[in-house]
Amino acid sequence: MTTAAMAKAKSRGDYVRIVGLIFGGIVLLGIIYGYITNPVTTTAVLASTLRQSTPLVLGALCGLIGERSGIINIGIEGQMLMAAFIAFLANVYTGNLFVAVLAGLATGAVLGGFLAFMSVTLKMDQIIGGTVINILALGLTSFFYQTGLTTQGKLQAIALGPLAEIPLIGPVFFDNPPITYATLILVMVVHYVLFYTRWGLRTRAVGEHPSAADTVGINVYKMRYINVIIGGSIAGLAGAYLTLEAVGSFERAMTNGRGFVALAVMIFGKYTPFGAWGAALLFGFAVALQTQLQFSGRLEIPHQFIGMLPYVLTIVVLAGFVGRTRVPAAVGKPYEKE
Amino acid sequence: MDKTNRPIVLEAKGLTKRFPGVLANDNINLKLHQGEILALLGENGAGKSTLMNMLYGLYTPTEGEIWIKGEKVELSNPGEAIDRGVGMVHQHFQLVPPMTVAENVMLGSEITSGGGRLNMRQAIRNVRELSEQYGLAVDPTAVIEDLPVGTQQRVEIIKALYRHADILILDEPTAVLTPQEANELFRIMRDLTAQNVSIIFITHKLKEVLAVADRIGVLRSGQMVGTAMPEDSTETSLAEMMVGRNVILRVEKSASKPGQPVLQIQNLHVHDDRGHAAVEGVDLEVFAGEILGIAGVEGNGQRELVEALTGLRHIDAGKIRIDGQDTTHFSPRQITELGVAHIPEDREKHGLVMPYTLSDNMVLNRYFKAPYAKGLIMHHDKIDENGKVLVKEYDVRPPNVHALAQNLSGGNKQKVIVAREFSSPTKLLVAAQPTRGIDVGSIEFIHKEIVAQRDHGVAVLVVSAELDEVLGLADRVAVMFDGRVVKILPIAEATRERVGLLMAGSDA
Repeated sequence: MTTAAMAKAKSRGDYVRIVGLIFGGIVLLGIIYGYITNPVTTTAVLASTLRQSTPLVLGALCGLIGERSGIINIGIEGQMLMAAFIAFLANVYTGNLFVAVLAGLATGAVLGGFLAFMSVTLKMDQIIGGTVINILALGLTSFFYQTGLTTQGKLQAIALGPLAEIPLIGPVFFDNPPITYATLILVMVVHYVLFYTRWGLRTRAVGEHPSAADTVGINVYKMRYINVIIGGSIAGLAGAYLTLEAVGSFERAMTNGRGFVALAVMIFGKYTPFGAWGAALLFGFAVALQTQLQFSGRLEIPHQFIGMLPYVLTIVVLAGFVGRTRVPAAVGKPYEKE
Repeated sequence: MDKTNRPIVLEAKGLTKRFPGVLANDNINLKLHQGEILALLGENGAGKSTLMNMLYGLYTPTEGEIWIKGEKVELSNPGEAIDRGVGMVHQHFQLVPPMTVAENVMLGSEITSGGGRLNMRQAIRNVRELSEQYGLAVDPTAVIEDLPVGTQQRVEIIKALYRHADILILDEPTAVLTPQEANELFRIMRDLTAQNVSIIFITHKLKEVLAVADRIGVLRSGQMVGTAMPEDSTETSLAEMMVGRNVILRVEKSASKPGQPVLQIQNLHVHDDRGHAAVEGVDLEVFAGEILGIAGVEGNGQRELVEALTGLRHIDAGKIRIDGQDTTHFSPRQITELGVAHIPEDREKHGLVMPYTLSDNMVLNRYFKAPYAKGLIMHHDKIDENGKVLVKEYDVRPPNVHALAQNLSGGNKQKVIVAREFSSPTKLLVAAQPTRGIDVGSIEFIHKEIVAQRDHGVAVLVVSAELDEVLGLADRVAVMFDGRVVKILPIAEATRERVGLLMAGSDA
């Protein structure tokens, strides 16, 4: 790259930072204004934003762990749905919420292993592999689901002592059920692992230039398998969130496209955990807002249009950002040893 | 210098590698002494890469033994070779572009402090120490994709030294370098050997071998046909050993008789695949009956220039005229129909349809015309007839028009393209890297054909990363650097040194 091009890239980075700061400022002012004029609704919308964003963050983390290692996971939707169903059944039959969460994690991991088998070992087209998982999950869960099963409770919010008493911040961040807390911790853990550890360095190398990793003795196949399996279990946690924490029971196709929105979140977040978290908050806010708008009934627009809000946002974001973020160079390409 | 009295660090005894149907290496014996530069010379397909891959643990030998530092070893993966001090710098760099130098160097042998946390500070310090110890200037915190290739290669060498390699295998290391960068590499190689690092240097460039090697081994069709000392050898004697017969290294041609301008390029601007400006204001003229050679390190806009004038790439600004016609926004077929022949840089991607037969490939530029087609119907008998004539005329092997292009050797693939392009009426020939990766015999043949075209009054534009090829063929030499033609020289004034400096961007 010439020095001129580098200067250009640098000034583009500054530009993004400035836009980000301005945008962040506007959001902060909006929240303060909302809190002064209508504290109850503002708190409710923000708390709902965080919870709505939880499955999206988890889905995006699943996607980015896979893609950073070179495997596209378009089956997040299916992994979530299947995990939601198994976690629900585990809850129905054992009554133990902890066991149910573990069942969700395990289900996601198994499907992750299946995806890795198809894309790493069989060198199948990864988009087809993910689609197989989505169709499989939708078919199996719809077929085996019986109405009338009753759950035995759901995960309750845990208030973190005095922290939960802080106005606005307390109810939003420190009065949540366990999977929501776990998600916030996971964002930090994945960020740390990806950028500051040996594992992360190897993962990124395998996703960018697998033969470079291979020639220094890194097992490309093993790295990809493990990443996709860990990713799957995180998608499984998202599924468990839906049945055990958010809704408390299972419905057919209850993931409702969240697995795909999570992919948009991942891209919008530039394949970084914190980026994905920020992007997921934006989507979570769109969902929270549309719920609030429908609930208040003050707008004269038909509710179907308000309900479109998160999906319209997905389309806008994807149209604007796909192709501008830097995708791991080897993503989607099966690795062939020489 | 004779270093054969020093201890042997690496030895191959009767190494043989058999692939299904191919004997890639046949009973090869080789010795490398401490602090020695052993050049391994051979044409593409002679078995150099197979031999190195066995020494580096990527292939398991069918027969034979490998001894490293007096110990018989069985290498089943590169990790075991690395552990014994063997390092390899691959022809295609094995570096992760968006990562830093230090990250790339330690990848796979990371320095960590508790819990797998990377110790970047220590890694940076180690890279700095190595670069000082061996005179390999490099900034450990720089990102690979921002570095010039010469520096990337130094990173590859540091990567091997970081793993305590004292036997280095360099696979065609000068293929991507300017002559000046190559000289810098040779200095580094000598510095390394002074500190008792032993080097196997693989190449097919005779000049380099004579310049840097302590000893020369020559491979031909899988066999070690001989060793030589540089002081007793000449380029011609080495070429003969390599090819197995007399070869004419120089292109024989008479002075050019330029006529009317055929190709005129004015202030051309083109961008590359990533949207960056690649060609920034090129002006060129090529006359009938002359060869204009474009010299330059790869990636300075040559590819985009060729693609723009053959209609394969969108032109942002400027004008191209071929034979008086404005072709700036012509389609590739319109340009072909004007009488433009194109030998593309990547023969497998843009020159041939790999799973098609030779006869089909030989009509790719005219299959839609009589006598090969009438309306929607193809006439396969005519297509085969054309194929048979051309296969004979251009000595394509195997001489079977129903063979698939993908099963041919590089040289024969190139001959198929040349046959197709040269057998239709031509006013302008655009040849990009016409002899890349093919054997000396085929190179000789293709060079002769290009000169013959010129003598028939065709305007020829040759783009090549091999400086010797440009200097051997061209009547005038244009040097490209950073998207511009920095200088056009008549061949008499185009010395290696001068053109080399221009290629590196300095004004000579």
